[in-house]
Amino acid sequence: MSFPNRRQLRRIVKPVWFMACLAPFAWLILRALGLAGDDLGADPIEATQDFTGIWALRLLLVTLAITPVRRLTGFIWLTQLRRMTGLFALFYASAHVLNYLVPDQGLNWAAIIEDILERPFITLGALALTGLIALGITSTRGWQVRLGKRWLTLHRLVYVIAILVVWHFWWQVKEVITEPLIYAVILTALLGSRLIKKKRVRFKPDA
Amino acid sequence: MLIRKPPAIKSSEITPESVYLNRRELLRAAGITTAGMISGTAHGDESDMNFKPLGKLTPSPYSTDAEPTGFADIASYNNFYEFGLDKSDPAARSGDFKPKPWSVTVDGAAEVTGTFTYEDIVGPHPLEERVYRLRCVEAWSMVVPWAGFPLGDLLKRFKPTSNAKYVAFETVYRPDEMPGQRRRLLRWPYREGLRIDEAMHPLTILATGLYGVELPNQNGAPLRLVVPWKYGFKSIKSIVRISFIEDEPFTTWNDAAPSEYGFFANVNPEVDHPRWSQARERPIGGGFFASKVPTLMFNGYADEVASLYADMDLSRYY
Repeated sequence: MSFPNRRQLRRIVKPVWFMACLAPFAWLILRALGLAGDDLGADPIEATQDFTGIWALRLLLVTLAITPVRRLTGFIWLTQLRRMTGLFALFYASAHVLNYLVPDQGLNWAAIIEDILERPFITLGALALTGLIALGITSTRGWQVRLGKRWLTLHRLVYVIAILVVWHFWWQVKEVITEPLIYAVILTALLGSRLIKKKRVRFKPDA
Repeated sequence: MLIRKPPAIKSSEITPESVYLNRRELLRAAGITTAGMISGTAHGDESDMNFKPLGKLTPSPYSTDAEPTGFADIASYNNFYEFGLDKSDPAARSGDFKPKPWSVTVDGAAEVTGTFTYEDIVGPHPLEERVYRLRCVEAWSMVVPWAGFPLGDLLKRFKPTSNAKYVAFETVYRPDEMPGQRRRLLRWPYREGLRIDEAMHPLTILATGLYGVELPNQNGAPLRLVVPWKYGFKSIKSIVRISFIEDEPFTTWNDAAPSEYGFFANVNPEVDHPRWSQARERPIGGGFFASKVPTLMFNGYADEVASLYADMDLSRYY
């Protein structure tokens, strides 16, 4: 068997991927503590909010990219990294929300509830996070077995969540939408690749 | 558009003497020079730059007692899209900008018009220190010790005619020196405007400095507007044109997103931005402990300016 075999996957690829996914967070912490070249600037809460949000989105898109890249390259083992990547997306999304709740809002629940109910972009974010948490909890082998066929249906929610997250990003930028547009294009491509693939493999039993 | 006839401006409101009335205040502050207050910086390398001290500034009764935000934060956290979209871009990318020599063109409904040097514009006016709250439409705030003089004192020198219902301002367009202008982020040049009564209000100033030194490039050198009861985007930077006009002027953010940014843009905690709350704001400078605090009507200047908008529906004229 070519690289990586099962052992290499477990002992090399997965730990390296784990560290890679954690690296942005480590970078954030170093800057927050003033231990890296630059710090988080005059508004570290805002900087943390943007940074954790963008990495949650990026890792979500990487998660969605794993299947099409596997199909293009034939690297079946990539699938073994999908759950970890998705869980890291949840990790950054959780940091994003905790930063919003505690430093940003100071746990002012009246204001937080008003935000969720009245700011459409925050409503979208809250929905997306709820979905991500549900997928995170049910990502274990045990839940996979327990839910059977319904597990796959549930985890297709990731497509909806990704759309919500890009939309959430789009709605909160002030005017220049270049950056969310780039992510929207990437997401469209990732979702589109699934439609194309579906047609081509329609008659295979195990697409 | 409802065009209110500007109320007659009491001469007591626009004479520079008004700032001298409180002699006790003046004497108390006389010994204080703000030039010495500049602290070292944690953000960027602006501490290495030399900012020219402005000399003695007259204290003003319009100043707030609130603790000013640190110089490093004021000079490193800026929205000035002419230099880029990120808050750190203006400090990082304004090094090529040359604020001297400078000139300002004055045109429109006034008896005196023409192009004037920076010295012509600023020279005759004694500089005051005005410590003002600054509230950004993005729901963060600072307290800035500006150096400047009342805009009304300058405008009166041009003898505006009765057709001057509004004053329009324009930022310089220099894509060679302002990298943000090489992209069409907004419809350049940046333009702003005030109703004439707002422009003549004694709180409205033209600033030439902050913390007792000349304005850093990223803060709108060499000459910028400061209207403390309006969202920060009204306080146009690096001004090269002042026009007295009859109709409501084109304003940049209103043009970019009319449903989100009105002509008036008065700070108002009760009128939310369509996408976010304006009820609270984050005071810059508190690190991770700067949770949001309530925003004040007219940014805390309601006593001074609420009468300007007495018969207006502020949720309509936002």
